[in-house]
Amino acid sequence: MALEAGFALNGQQQAAQQQKVSLISIFLVFLKVGALTFGGGYAMLPIIQREIVVRRQWIEESLFFDMLIVAQSLPGAVALNTAIQVGLRLRGIAGGIIAALGIIVPSFCVILAIAAYFLPLFQDNVYIKAVFYGLRPAVVALIAAAVISLGRSILKRRRSIALAAVFLAAGLLLKIHPIALLVAGGLMGLILFRDKVD
Amino acid sequence: MHLLSLYWTFLKIGMFTIGGGYAMIPLMEREIIARHGWLTAEGFLDIVAIAEATPGPLAINAATFIGYRLGGFFGSLLATLGVVTPSLVTLLLLGKFLIRLILDPRAERFLSGLRPAFIALISMAVIRLGHAALVDLRTSLIAAGVFAASMLFPRLSPLYLIGAGALLGLLLYPY
Repeated sequence: MALEAGFALNGQQQAAQQQKVSLISIFLVFLKVGALTFGGGYAMLPIIQREIVVRRQWIEESLFFDMLIVAQSLPGAVALNTAIQVGLRLRGIAGGIIAALGIIVPSFCVILAIAAYFLPLFQDNVYIKAVFYGLRPAVVALIAAAVISLGRSILKRRRSIALAAVFLAAGLLLKIHPIALLVAGGLMGLILFRDKVD
Repeated sequence: MHLLSLYWTFLKIGMFTIGGGYAMIPLMEREIIARHGWLTAEGFLDIVAIAEATPGPLAINAATFIGYRLGGFFGSLLATLGVVTPSLVTLLLLGKFLIRLILDPRAERFLSGLRPAFIALISMAVIRLGHAALVDLRTSLIAAGVFAASMLFPRLSPLYLIGAGALLGLLLYPY
């Protein structure tokens, strides 16, 4: 705790004096976020905000919210995109790469350990089979629930609903590659969403 | 299994994962299960479950795991590099230009059309993955229970629901 309090104070002073944040402290913050946040990228965003905006005050809140918009509109994992932007802002390209590494390293190590050492030991274990027997329907249900809540926020306009219906029909009837469908959707969006209101 | 094709596949997946997390599922399902046959639908769901239950973004967890399954340590390294390459390239090299582009109203219109297409894609993926996971009455009940809990308590961390799934699996598995 004392160490963390020291970190926070240090961050505030740096922000006040407009000093450079060290690469190692950027790495450590994102390493901590990457190691301790369960439940995927979106669960990380409030934690990143707390660490970067509130505690260390490296970046202003309004700028951070702009970064979140960019992170969600660009390819790639949302938490990763946010981290890269924060690093980029603080220390240029080196900062961006270091921040990305901080997010990636914990995931990579934990998953590698599970894949290489843990699962092979238990692969034929009947209880592990039983666990996955229950996990699979749970995962499908989680994805289905995410589709419903995403659908509620995305399909607000009649044109969006119509587009989704057309693409669903096209996808089910023809074997269209997902990328082709996404690009077609984007192009249709350029044509259909010229005005803000439905 | 060519390591390069592993890198290229995850690069494609990273490139079209806009909005993170579940956005990659339809594409992974298509590329990894249907096209390359690198995994079965069951194996894919197992990996998503492990990725949900461990720290870090789903996209990176899934890439690392699938990469390891297919190509050992270097496989996991290349798959992870592939899925993060688009983020690094777009933000580090195109940074300012791209941010101006995103604030352009046309980008928002493009995304307004892309999102309904994504809803259609992920709905289809749910149907196909459901076929693989809901193999009997018991698994269907687990799915229904987790779905209901997730809808009723939207703020509940998925970690608990994953835990509940594991526990129910242990209790209900036809030993």
